[in-house]
Amino acid sequence: MIARTLPPFLLLMLFLLAGPARAALDPDIVQGLGSSDFGIRTAAIEALAATGADGAEVVAALEAGEFGAVDGQAVIVRNGVVTAIGSGETLDVAAADVALLRLNNRLRRAVATARAGITLEVGNEPERLAAARTLVGNSAEFMLPLFERVIENEEVDAIRELVIQAAARVNLASNDPERRIEAVTLLGTSSDAAVLTLLTPLVSRDGDAWIEPDPAVRAAAQDSIAKIERRIAFTDNIRTVFTGLSLGSILLLAALGLAITFGVMGVINMAHGELLMVGAYATFVVQGLFRTHLPAYFDFYVIAAIPIAFFVAAAVGVLMERSVLRYLYGRPLESLLATWGISLVLIQAARVSFGPQNLELTNPSWMSGSVEIMAGLSLPWNRIIILGFSVFVLVLIWLMMQKTRLGMFVRAVTQNRPMAGCVGVPTARVDTLAFAIGAGVAGLGGLALSQIANVGPAMGQGYIVDSFMVVVLGGVGQLAGAVWAAFGLGIFSKFLEGWTGAVIAKILVLVFIIIFIQKRPQGIFALKGRAVD
Amino acid sequence: MQTRRHFIKALALSASIAAIGLPFAAHASDTIKVGILHSLSGTMAISETALRNVALMTIEEINASGGVLGKQLEPVVVDPASDWPLFAERARQLLAQDKVSVVFGCWTSVSRKSVLPVFSELNGLLFYPVQYEGEELERNVFYTGAAPNQQAIPATEYLMSEEGGGAKRFVLLGTDYVYPRTTNKILRAFLNSKGIPDSDIMEEYTPFGHSDYQTIIANIKRFSAGGKTAVISTINGDSNVPFYRELGNAGLSATDVPVVAFSVGEEELRGVDTKPLVGHLAAWNYFMSVDNPKNTEFVTKYRAWAKANNVPNADTVVTNDPMEATYVGIHMWKQAVEKAGTADVDAVIDAMGGQTFEAPSGFTLTMDATNHHLHKPVLIGEVRDDGQFDVVWQTEGPIRAQPWSPFIEGNEAKQGL
Repeated sequence: MIARTLPPFLLLMLFLLAGPARAALDPDIVQGLGSSDFGIRTAAIEALAATGADGAEVVAALEAGEFGAVDGQAVIVRNGVVTAIGSGETLDVAAADVALLRLNNRLRRAVATARAGITLEVGNEPERLAAARTLVGNSAEFMLPLFERVIENEEVDAIRELVIQAAARVNLASNDPERRIEAVTLLGTSSDAAVLTLLTPLVSRDGDAWIEPDPAVRAAAQDSIAKIERRIAFTDNIRTVFTGLSLGSILLLAALGLAITFGVMGVINMAHGELLMVGAYATFVVQGLFRTHLPAYFDFYVIAAIPIAFFVAAAVGVLMERSVLRYLYGRPLESLLATWGISLVLIQAARVSFGPQNLELTNPSWMSGSVEIMAGLSLPWNRIIILGFSVFVLVLIWLMMQKTRLGMFVRAVTQNRPMAGCVGVPTARVDTLAFAIGAGVAGLGGLALSQIANVGPAMGQGYIVDSFMVVVLGGVGQLAGAVWAAFGLGIFSKFLEGWTGAVIAKILVLVFIIIFIQKRPQGIFALKGRAVD
Repeated sequence: MQTRRHFIKALALSASIAAIGLPFAAHASDTIKVGILHSLSGTMAISETALRNVALMTIEEINASGGVLGKQLEPVVVDPASDWPLFAERARQLLAQDKVSVVFGCWTSVSRKSVLPVFSELNGLLFYPVQYEGEELERNVFYTGAAPNQQAIPATEYLMSEEGGGAKRFVLLGTDYVYPRTTNKILRAFLNSKGIPDSDIMEEYTPFGHSDYQTIIANIKRFSAGGKTAVISTINGDSNVPFYRELGNAGLSATDVPVVAFSVGEEELRGVDTKPLVGHLAAWNYFMSVDNPKNTEFVTKYRAWAKANNVPNADTVVTNDPMEATYVGIHMWKQAVEKAGTADVDAVIDAMGGQTFEAPSGFTLTMDATNHHLHKPVLIGEVRDDGQFDVVWQTEGPIRAQPWSPFIEGNEAKQGL
């Protein structure tokens, strides 16, 4: 890494710095730290990686923003006292005169490398592991002695493996062909695409001559490259399937509520997207309450928001059904227009009461970051959890529809309204309840979306098309159809996106759906029965 | 899909127009009318509402100090509802019916393109306050936002420098419309001219409102394995939150793969959990965190205005680059009117060239004598966890705009402009 970005004289300097930890900081490093030249100073900071405990104080000062320079002399400013780095003397300089070093991304990387070098030997296990991870991507030749000591003494296998990899990356540039072959073979066990970049020059020609003179090394490199490429292709496919499932779970959560209101009840509900929005806003309000009243339990606000998002959206649904929709059953065009109007009212209501800005929703800590499933494949927690949540909601709806009396009534009314009425099913109340449940499920969808995408007054507009797409493709009147359609579309569009890019993939998906609906207007699953409407 | 959206917008519009048109119905005639053409509903309301606010504030400020040529300014606010054809209709209404002397407005390039014919036909005057892709120079328009060489190119140079991380590979990522496409065309030519081959440039676009960045982030991760990589993002508006969230969760930190964005500012970060963004970069000509007396005054004034006018969430309002550009634009227009001695469009256009103004960015900005663009400084800021920016790099002084980029073929003859 360093070898590729630094001018030769710096390399020479770094080379001189190599060696075991010494009593005090090397004068070259001290001088470099005080330099006004950005490159020299960065190199000096990285060189702290091999200085052990002596450099630790400097690194801590860098991280705390207490590191600065006066007249080319690197100093630490702590509590108004200015101490020279290297000699350790207290200087007679006002703290205000020191130009403190503000870290930018490049310097932060240098400091992280230095910190990793220092903790690799002496830190506790998680610290050592993190240090090894950092150094794999930022190894340099002057760290080799450190790596060798760690490989010899480290007891935790995972850490030693990483350091062996780091050392192998450095050893690729070794003069000894034997060491190069050993390094190339070791690197063949990696799943990191960055290793390919290191190995490719070994099997390339520069003009007529091979860059790597030794044929044995070339053969080993060829072998390792093939192995790594196979491994990467495998993890890529798994990742694409997962991203497809994840996209599918989001489509499903957005569409499930609609699958009930449109699919089962036959109401073309254009305000469905706004019910998602209501659910997301309810989540936002719960988050606010937790932040002010229960900050200690902030991480659990999402769980507390589940029933609230459901009931708030369901209440809005009941209001819609009682006040407008029940007068419009059986008149799809009028209900389409009326729900359009309702959606505009809801959007503007949100804009007036919460402002036109997007709202800030924080992922709880257990939904942030990712988990490494296998080497080279980490999956983000929020997507895994939302995938699980979509299955949870699905099971809930299935139980409700199949195992409860209400569910039976809903199915009965769907299949034959007059007959259900004749045998004593209160069809009007069933309609209201079914619509409320559909709206509540949309609210849950909004809660899930709030953890991934934006929350704003018009957020629902982005999902309404996708939702109808899923429901119509799956087959109106069928929950199972919506599930198949959502996950199928998710995986299909993710594979397409891999080949064609996001814009073309979106177009192709829409073209596919148009053709599919032409050929099979009833969707994937057709409802078998006498009366669909 | 498209018709449905239009229909929704049309409905939203009829409601909002009814609400907005009324308060300005009757007024005395010894005022100068000033049009404000920003979307207050629809998808762009999130960004443009703040520009309407800052324009009204500036007009109040000017009126309080005696107006222009002894006359008070009278704002005429219309709402084009994020609907591009409606921008043209509203512009026509402002010019032909309300007879405004000047219009401050538009955000997206497509809205500007739709009003241009109206302004040429009726000889109106438009001040456009947002950074854009260039390739345009209209007599009736003054551009107070940045041209590509005042934002995109310096930012890319910074990323390539040792200090910016010495990037060798670039991901050009944008939403699929004219501004990202043109900017990326310019950047690709610029990178090629700096010796970066096409194989080290990855260019990707997403549809408007795209919210699933898993595949793209995986591709970026793979691409970045080939050497020091930086991402140049022209992702627009709402897609930014899912993008940065995915980036953070995938473990790509700003120290490994820095992202520099051209459309993410203080206002956009208000609705965002900033945790995954910290350390990423944005390039603008102004940041709210810039420390100088002019800016302190600007920010304090706007905060007070927001409180006094009951703007939603008034305690957390922020200022940003296009707001500063609006503020500068209105003041420069006032100066030009005073120099010309009349608010007549042709006289004002002639008087605009060479106007200077001490801007909140801490620099004295000059309106170019010939090309209708401001000379602007370029600042690169790093996102802090409070949604503000730390300036990590800036140009020494204002840079002259090149509306016709030398990196696009066919522009050679226009370099004098």
